[in-house]
Amino acid sequence: MADDIKPRLRVPTTAKKGEVIEVKTLITHPMENGQRKDAAGNVISRQIVNALKVTYNDKPVVNVKLDTAVAANPFMSFFVKVEESGTLKFTWTDDDKNSWTAESKIEVA
Amino acid sequence: MNTLLTRRTALAAIASVIATRSALATPEQAKEWLAAQAKGTPTEGKITLKAPEIAENGNAVPITVSVESEMTEKSYVKAIYIAADGNPNPPVATYEFTPLAGKAEVQLRVRLAQTEKLIVVAEMNDGTLYTASREIKVTIGGCGG
Repeated sequence: MADDIKPRLRVPTTAKKGEVIEVKTLITHPMENGQRKDAAGNVISRQIVNALKVTYNDKPVVNVKLDTAVAANPFMSFFVKVEESGTLKFTWTDDDKNSWTAESKIEVA
Repeated sequence: MNTLLTRRTALAAIASVIATRSALATPEQAKEWLAAQAKGTPTEGKITLKAPEIAENGNAVPITVSVESEMTEKSYVKAIYIAADGNPNPPVATYEFTPLAGKAEVQLRVRLAQTEKLIVVAEMNDGTLYTASREIKVTIGGCGG
């Protein structure tokens, strides 16, 4: 299952100094909420992505804590204020402490 | 006799559904969770909560939350807490911002078990709290069996 999990980003590659840009992310993940039952009636144990950390040049921008009420393949969008060129880094963590990272470079013109 | 039995069974089935629903539906839990996250009394306003009025599929309901505020070192939105008051597990998500975010606006997709209210609380860096809520009608719940 862990092999299918892939983060995706939509981030502009260039920005003006001081511009507030919109960032969209999605990670393919079933977000098993721990309430569903399989065909045999056994409860499928909870397995969700519970955190997303976003940093720009290693400075924190947004920390998200996700709970079971976030839909499968969690899509998230938010904003970042860009003052200088740098790297936007995303780190997702799930209940089993697996983590996935994705990076995107932004050039300030 | 037969009809009576059927009716009784049917009534029992309906009653049990209602019982489970109310056992799961937890507006108090949602309030408690929000109160535990952000201390104080929130006032209405500043928050725009966009969501469909009717969601056909509770599995993925797109919502947008934005808080009207500047994002500077002196004054910024520190956190947004989102809860769904009719879900078996009311917390939805918590966002913690720094002024680097530039704008306190987020989009996400939530699961809703039934027709219920989404409650959002925003915490400013000086501790001021704002709240907004909105009822969303759900045709098919999104919490599995």
